[in-house]
Amino acid sequence: MTSKTVQTLDRVVIRFAGDSGDGMQLTGDRFTSETAALGNDLSTLPNFPAEIRAPQGTLPGVSSFQLHFADHDVLTPGDAPDVLVAMNPAALKANLADVPRGATIVANTDEFTKRNLAKVGYDANPLEDGSLDSWHVHPVALTSITVEALAPFEGLSRKEKERAKNMFALGLLSWMYTRPTTGTEAFLEKKFGGRPEILEANLTALRAGWNYGETTEDFASSYVVKAAPMAPGTYRNVTGNTALALGLVAAAHRAGRPLVLGSYPITPASDILHALSSMKRHGVTTIQAEDEIAGIGIALGASYGGSIGVTTTSGPGIALKSETIGLAVSLELPLVVVDIQRGGPSTGLPTKTEQADLLQVMYGRNGESPVPVVAAQTPADCFDAAMDAVRIATTYRTPVILLSDGYLANGSEPWSVPSVSDLPEMAVDLAVEPNAVDDKGAAVFRPYLRDPETLARPWAVPGTPGLEHRIGGIEKADVTGDISYDPDNHDRMVRLRAAKVAGVTVPDVEVDDPSGDAKVLVLGWGSTYGPIASATRTVRNAGHHVARAHLRHLNPFPANLGEVLRRYERVVVPEMNTGQLALLLRAEYLVDVRSYTSVRGLPFTTVELADVVSTTLEEIL
Amino acid sequence: MTTVELGMPVTGLQHVPHLPDDAAKQTKKDFTSDQEVRWCPGCGDYVILAAVQSFLPELGLRRENIVFVSGIGCSSRFPYYLDTYGMHSIHGRAPAIATGLATSRPDLSVWVVTGDGDALSIGGNHLIHALRRNVNMTILLFNNQIYGLTKGQYSPTSRTGSVTKSSPLGSVDAPFNPVSLALGAEATFVARAMESDRDELKSVLKAAAEHRGAALVEIYQNCPIFNDGAFEVLKDRTQQAARIVRLRSGEPVTVGPEDDRRVLVRVAGGASEFVPEAEVGAREVVVHDAAAEDPSAAFALSRLDSPEMTHVPMGIFRQVARPTYDDLVRAQVEGAVDAAGGPAGDADLDELLRGRDTWTVE
Repeated sequence: MTSKTVQTLDRVVIRFAGDSGDGMQLTGDRFTSETAALGNDLSTLPNFPAEIRAPQGTLPGVSSFQLHFADHDVLTPGDAPDVLVAMNPAALKANLADVPRGATIVANTDEFTKRNLAKVGYDANPLEDGSLDSWHVHPVALTSITVEALAPFEGLSRKEKERAKNMFALGLLSWMYTRPTTGTEAFLEKKFGGRPEILEANLTALRAGWNYGETTEDFASSYVVKAAPMAPGTYRNVTGNTALALGLVAAAHRAGRPLVLGSYPITPASDILHALSSMKRHGVTTIQAEDEIAGIGIALGASYGGSIGVTTTSGPGIALKSETIGLAVSLELPLVVVDIQRGGPSTGLPTKTEQADLLQVMYGRNGESPVPVVAAQTPADCFDAAMDAVRIATTYRTPVILLSDGYLANGSEPWSVPSVSDLPEMAVDLAVEPNAVDDKGAAVFRPYLRDPETLARPWAVPGTPGLEHRIGGIEKADVTGDISYDPDNHDRMVRLRAAKVAGVTVPDVEVDDPSGDAKVLVLGWGSTYGPIASATRTVRNAGHHVARAHLRHLNPFPANLGEVLRRYERVVVPEMNTGQLALLLRAEYLVDVRSYTSVRGLPFTTVELADVVSTTLEEIL
Repeated sequence: MTTVELGMPVTGLQHVPHLPDDAAKQTKKDFTSDQEVRWCPGCGDYVILAAVQSFLPELGLRRENIVFVSGIGCSSRFPYYLDTYGMHSIHGRAPAIATGLATSRPDLSVWVVTGDGDALSIGGNHLIHALRRNVNMTILLFNNQIYGLTKGQYSPTSRTGSVTKSSPLGSVDAPFNPVSLALGAEATFVARAMESDRDELKSVLKAAAEHRGAALVEIYQNCPIFNDGAFEVLKDRTQQAARIVRLRSGEPVTVGPEDDRRVLVRVAGGASEFVPEAEVGAREVVVHDAAAEDPSAAFALSRLDSPEMTHVPMGIFRQVARPTYDDLVRAQVEGAVDAAGGPAGDADLDELLRGRDTWTVE
């Protein structure tokens, strides 16, 4: 039917929600891919339970995928959905509070049975009792229409046919927002190429969904969101974990050293292990260890042998690795420790996000054991942050902590893919000859003789003749590296290790203060970048002045940070913890920063942070 | 040279650079570092150190390609005294660190030095996984049945009832038999030696070093301060012969002096017992086969041992060829690199970064 209208929108937020077995993550991924191909800027937020298959139709089993796409640059996955696709009553109930009145709800009526409604505590069917009158509800019998459309597939069971309903939903939404489905078709061909009937059924369901939108009168209009103006280049959509894996490989490639990952599976870090284990062609070795401690031990052993040793984990794993991080501090060997933070303490919220490991990675070890800490701020930025972590580790011969979190790990955004030849130089010098002369005039090797500029000690790997030496976790004499219990030597070594980390070159923090008149600075770190940038934009659009800055380096801090903090009347520090960066800033700079914190396992919303900024602005009027 | 699947060489030192034939012969002195040895007077560790220092030249390896990794404990000071590469790491973790090193560096001869507490208590997990993976490394487990460095608490190999600083009424823990444990983990090389039996120790060490895969050598070592005389009955010349069962692959398992030899024979139910040589008759004699695929027979031999040390087998329990973890890991990486036409260049990495789903903005 061609009588339907087409409206143009500047931005849309869609949330697909269903049972964890309904394929919502896949549906979201495919819609994202279609959207990326159209040139929209976008940001995504998967949200799923820790249970792989929680009891069907229950609230704990709801899995969702939110996508924000626009004709301008997108900073967050969006506060509130414009469209909620609810595959069952549980999905509606779990998500309705986030959906503003006036927004659209597409509900799968087939699942709104008495039994399913009762399971989540609905006394009456909300699709029929008028409780959703303030929303635009499209009741669609998604399951039965899909099964009907697949009637010719006699070889498939009803259950198999029902399973294709997510493709029907994807087809329908693709029609609504004029997304091309060719990419999804190619994807399905690849996925189900070996099972022609399943492939054909999925393609049929996808087309049936599209046709349903086009033909039923329930959907009066479709929408167009034009491409966003983006800098010229080749783009792909990446999740934080993918970008991080690529960054590690690229850094090792530039450094000319092999990459060795020692890792134990843990949510939400495992995808890095998966990604790197499929990159053997690039000389990457992955060793799935027997436990977290072995994971970092393997990485450290590989570093000792001249590789770029990396271990990936989440907060609980960091706790287990602490002793080995301390050993690496003492051995002064390069090592990258990746912490994809999740809700804690203990097992906490394995699939939800949090930024509460900052103090753990800064101080969670015995003795004085400073390590550089680098934090990624967007999914694509995980690539640059990973390269930076490798640069610091190899230049300064130190373990480096790379912080990401569940939100960055699973969230995605378009990434302007760099050309390898444009990536920073990462050349690494291994020691090849003696570096000193003993009192008899013989050439000798001093394993703890430092580079005067970086204070790094030589990286002398086994197999190098003439440099045989012993290292260990016992305190070492300055220069010679021999065991030493001398009080003054220990004092000196503690201060040398600290000075080395304090001397790591990090760029000044850049302040975004377009008017130059701001009195309030919002300072963040890690994945709060998007919500903070979005909130300050909102406040500025309302005619107010506010400055914004974001920290990539948590240790050492940028040299200009103290001056930046003192430049503003108020400094607001939003964090998804209870004020860990704020604590460090107060201790380091004696500045009374205002902490704004939330630990709900979810990223901040733009509205929430914009309110915080507005309130602060009013305070100082 | 015989090979196993994947064309992997059987010797553990195959990829390690050897000295040229015309090179000056290495001596014990070449492997002695300039560090002052700081074990207690009379410690069994001195004897083992001397044996290792004098044995290493026999391997003919380039010194810089030998690495000793240790954990924590008296024995773990070992690397400081050898003029090779060495790392004194943290408690129990040496097998994990050595796994990373051995897997990424086939050109190294990797040794782990550990003790009964280090290997079997805090590091038990890493030990069994290094063994089951069969990572190419030689693990020397010094067993003195006591925690020495922390001054005398019972260890996981201490006999039940041991009165120590932390067990004034006697320990109630059942001890591990390290050889049984290693065989249970399906280690491909398992041996036991006495610190004081230098010839036996050196021959076992050589076989262990040349084994491709994880080799575990348990070395009975006396702690003169906290557990003196733990192995005295095995050192005592009047009792030694009656107690030590010298394992020789291909030969019947026997014990006892020339004039009172006892032979191990099978009894009903699959068990075995020692009987005087004269009484063997038609009974089935147990012949040791270290190369047997099934570790059950070796395990049964390991159970001859008891805390009373009535019969203690010494020598090589098991020595079988199985593809090593590190060889297999490298083969996968090398296979992927070869299949792609050689090491990745910038263009290959560009392709990886772009992935399969890109779009271009002009």
